[in-house]
Amino acid sequence: MYHVILGAGPAGVTAAETIRKHAPDAEITLIGGEGEPPYSRMAIPYLLEGKIGEDGTHLRQEDGHYETLGIAYRHGPVISVDTGARSVTCADGSTLGFDTLLIATGATPIRPPIEGLDSPGVHTCWTLEDARRITEHAQKGEPVVLVGAGFIGCIILESLAKMGVDLTVVERGDRMVPRMLDETAGNMLRHWCEGQDVRVITEAEVDAIRSGDRAALAVHLKDGQTLPAALVVIATGVRSNIGFLDGSGIETGAGVKVDPYHETNVPGIYAAGDVAEGINLSTGHNDMLAIQPVAVEHAYIAALNMCGIATEHRGSLNMNVLDTLGLISSSFGTWEGVEGGDRAVLTDEAAGRYIRLEFEGDRLIGAQTVGLTDHVGMLRGLIQTGLPLGAWKNKLIDSPTRIAEAYVAVMQQGPVSGYTGPKVALPA
Amino acid sequence: MQKALTIDPGKCTGCKQCEMACSYVNEGEFNVSKSRIRVFDFHEEARFVPYTCTQCDEAWCQQACPVNAITTNEMGVKVVHDNLCVGCKVCTIACPFGTVNYNASTGKVIKCDLCGGDPACAAACPTDAITFQDVEQGGFDKMRQWAARTTAGTEPSGPNAPA
Amino acid sequence: MGWTGKILRINLSTGTIATEALNMDWADKYLGQRGLASKYLVEEVDPRADPLGPDNKMIMATGPLTGTCASTGGRYSIITKGPLTGAIACSNSGGYFGAELKFAGWDMVIFEGQSPKPVYVTIFDGDVQIRDASGYWGKTVWDTDKGIKAAHQDPQIRVAAIGVAGENEILYACVVNDLHRAAGRSGVGAVMGSKNLKAVAVRGTGGVKVRDFKTFMDATNAGKKVLKENAVTGEGLPAYGTQVLMNVINETGALPTRNGQDVQFESANDISAEAMATPRRSDGKPNLLTNQACFGCTIACGRISKIDETHFTIQNKPEYWHASGGLEYEAAWALGSATGINDLEALTYVNFICNEQAIDPISFGATVGAAMELYETGVIDDAVTGGIKLNFGSAEALVACVEATGKAEGFGKELGLGSKRLTEKYGKPELSMTVKGQEFPAYDPRGIQGMGLTYATSNRGACHLRSYTVSSEILGIPEKTDPLTTDGKAGLVKAFQDATAAVDSSGLCVFTTFAWTLEDIAPQVDAACEGNWTVDKMLEAGERIWNMERMFNNNAGFTAEDDNLPKRLLKDAAKTGPAKGLVAGLDKMLPEYYELRGWTPDGVPTSETVARLAL
Repeated sequence: MYHVILGAGPAGVTAAETIRKHAPDAEITLIGGEGEPPYSRMAIPYLLEGKIGEDGTHLRQEDGHYETLGIAYRHGPVISVDTGARSVTCADGSTLGFDTLLIATGATPIRPPIEGLDSPGVHTCWTLEDARRITEHAQKGEPVVLVGAGFIGCIILESLAKMGVDLTVVERGDRMVPRMLDETAGNMLRHWCEGQDVRVITEAEVDAIRSGDRAALAVHLKDGQTLPAALVVIATGVRSNIGFLDGSGIETGAGVKVDPYHETNVPGIYAAGDVAEGINLSTGHNDMLAIQPVAVEHAYIAALNMCGIATEHRGSLNMNVLDTLGLISSSFGTWEGVEGGDRAVLTDEAAGRYIRLEFEGDRLIGAQTVGLTDHVGMLRGLIQTGLPLGAWKNKLIDSPTRIAEAYVAVMQQGPVSGYTGPKVALPA
Repeated sequence: MQKALTIDPGKCTGCKQCEMACSYVNEGEFNVSKSRIRVFDFHEEARFVPYTCTQCDEAWCQQACPVNAITTNEMGVKVVHDNLCVGCKVCTIACPFGTVNYNASTGKVIKCDLCGGDPACAAACPTDAITFQDVEQGGFDKMRQWAARTTAGTEPSGPNAPA
Repeated sequence: MGWTGKILRINLSTGTIATEALNMDWADKYLGQRGLASKYLVEEVDPRADPLGPDNKMIMATGPLTGTCASTGGRYSIITKGPLTGAIACSNSGGYFGAELKFAGWDMVIFEGQSPKPVYVTIFDGDVQIRDASGYWGKTVWDTDKGIKAAHQDPQIRVAAIGVAGENEILYACVVNDLHRAAGRSGVGAVMGSKNLKAVAVRGTGGVKVRDFKTFMDATNAGKKVLKENAVTGEGLPAYGTQVLMNVINETGALPTRNGQDVQFESANDISAEAMATPRRSDGKPNLLTNQACFGCTIACGRISKIDETHFTIQNKPEYWHASGGLEYEAAWALGSATGINDLEALTYVNFICNEQAIDPISFGATVGAAMELYETGVIDDAVTGGIKLNFGSAEALVACVEATGKAEGFGKELGLGSKRLTEKYGKPELSMTVKGQEFPAYDPRGIQGMGLTYATSNRGACHLRSYTVSSEILGIPEKTDPLTTDGKAGLVKAFQDATAAVDSSGLCVFTTFAWTLEDIAPQVDAACEGNWTVDKMLEAGERIWNMERMFNNNAGFTAEDDNLPKRLLKDAAKTGPAKGLVAGLDKMLPEYYELRGWTPDGVPTSETVARLAL
């Protein structure tokens, strides 16, 4: 069998490794879209702040990892797929046949229709190449405007702030990370940032980026404000890399449509990761969940099926974790809750703490937290297993901080009643 | 044969010697708040439950790591490499057991690594509630089952889940 | 090292919170916890101060081993001038609170003055605040504990609190931490109540360091091995708890029964450790569910019990249908033997209430015993008791008494005076089984002679934990002595008193001394702290502490006349058992004791003694 994998992000690499594990003799080619070794976009912010070097972003650290596994790695990108001939064509004109194909081409930043977006000093923050250019421009004390305070924007925000720039964030929504956190949590983040001298402007849109007098650039907002900027970073969302599939017959929507086996409408062609519309565990529907753990899950399921091990995916849990200048937030599942469900809320803005738990019946279906780091994964465990909380639901409503106790209690039921201590010799 | 921590809550007295041993070995001081193992006290049910990483086969933390900073060693232990960890915390939300925690003072995550093969918690436990033994033995199966319950909603979805 | 080197000083009158460095010169002489905090108290409080007035202080103190992995290294003590006795009081407690205080970064907390309104204090690492407690005033310890954890949204907070009894200055009110561990004796809870201090809530996320980790781990591991291999600490206490003693002491003929009228209780077995572990006839389940350790303890003698839900005490009270702290020997004795009651479930319930309302079950049970004798001899009647039929053996009466005393209502207020003041009020002071105003515990000096001297000379009033010669006289630890003779007991008592003072100053539990001597303890202390802590240095510190406490009491107005025992023990011979015909031979021991101590015949440390101990 010849397996071809398009995209060398976490999904592509995981799929290649999983296929190798289950199909020792299969031929595997992994095609990257950039002229880099397989690396993790998630690590870029840490590269920017100098926590790691470029090699620290690489998905696998051992020398010769892919060769050792017999995975051929080559650069693309692939520009078209011929489902009839079962081949792909790369930008350099070369073609490759395949028996099975995995589309794991990820996503690309959206470029909003803003005048001056192509000016020097305006960058997205997506690739290693972007990172190199941002590092060039983001000098200490220089004014920087970050457009977009979504999840990715907030991660970039952290590293820009740590680079010591004079930072202003412009967000179209009414709060920070509106798709991950509710108003309370989003505003906590905002106040936290403002307390650390990051300007946050919400409900604002950029009209144009022109050359400026106080700095190289001037960012003009639709409300008339003008912000000086030595550097403008655009983080206004991403879209799936599916353009190259036009006309291939592979069905797409926002991303590539897949069935529960992560197979597309074309037999033998699969999709995984940010490009795929996998199943959202919370809703049971196909959805775009562009996060690393989900990409890896997709890839694992797809790879098993590509090896002929029929494996149905029951869905991934949407979740995120964010560190915004030291304030750590997370969200899981249906954090906005459902009608008729109960809610547990703890708000302590002064202490930088917020917990909101959403229940349906006596099961946890969603959660968001600010300032919680210990045992936070248990929220995933409780939501994913859907175990009934019983009496612990009300205890959580009284004290949402008792998550860890609730989790251990629900997971580890007590023994049948009776004495469990050391042996006592009883009189006959 | 691989060995694993086996926990029998019925034998636990809640003394926290495990937490102290863990923090001493890993942090160089007695600091139960930084222990990788934690004893939960269900007072009204007369029950104490020591709780830590099961070194699960699914390795949710490892697969979620964007920079390959968590690897599985020859003993099956999931180990965090501090030199590679960037502190992104994705593993802390990915681990459905909640046994990877972020340590703000170092900017890295911490989890149980079985002390490199000689877990201090098991050595310190005065009642054998925590033992380190061959995986074939009973207690580990119980933990496996427990682990399986966590994956019950989505299996097989862990990257290393048995196919 | 060992010490954090920091203390908190909280003035509740002015609302000021100050931090200061621990006096390391004093630490070198008094080690920590009991000794060191007593030094602060002695230096700062007028011995004649009203214990419940603003001039008294209350110190919560840890020892250098508190918060370490030394076995039982989780203790803290409350040191103050006690209202039940008027003497220096030091009540020691386990649970997790002491270690948490250490992790928060504090060796001790000194509470001064009196708050004008109910407050509680939160110590969250370095963040210390005095907060309004009006929402908790009038609530039980258990509700306060739950309330504070919920209010601050942290289930890992540790709370030490008083109940309604302490608010109302029931004279043997105690301070309960972790729901059922108590700084139990001498009325330290009444002092806390007099300061309008409802609770202290602690959360610590810091670490504790010791001087030499490598040596410390070796020394503590060696110590743990000794505890594990010892029959008492390795087997007896984990399985039976301190209740292992109930049948033993009864057979010895030293179980004070019905207010000390008898030395054996015919129903002792019904309230023993064995009874706790036997499935009940009613529901087939045992009273005892499991054992629990305090922080760091590798013995784990604590009892966790659950009362039969159909028992009359709780059949209509589902709020008690759960496990909690079960009967320890002293409580089982005081609530059962001293009152002649053999209903184990009732005793467990009363013990729950003692924990929930924070009253000392020893003084409470003994006081009820005295009141029962007053009632049975016609000195008091239903009009006084508010209708409680206060007969020996009545579980219903005991239950009514504990509910009333816990809430300081009706006859409970009179019971809350303690047996000395209660019996004096009704003209029968001879019926009070107390020394220096404090009820003696579960060992009858007629059957264990050394305990007579122990009670008579204890600096906090009658107490078994100041020199537990039972170890030697009954259990043969470290060597067997004859419980029925007074010979050699003066020296035995002095040695136990000095060694115990050192143990109580270290952060360790005195129960370790069933297996450990200072030979086991000194290396652990020395590896933790600066100061070259040898056995001799610890013993000297212990003797220094003992004499310092004594001098405080002398200055408070105590004299040799107060080193006495109830007349009943001195005049009425034991009626049954091995000690039949014997009285407590205090007069044979006390002069020798004074001499061994280097005190005058009036019980005052001589100037040579004071100089020798650098007091």
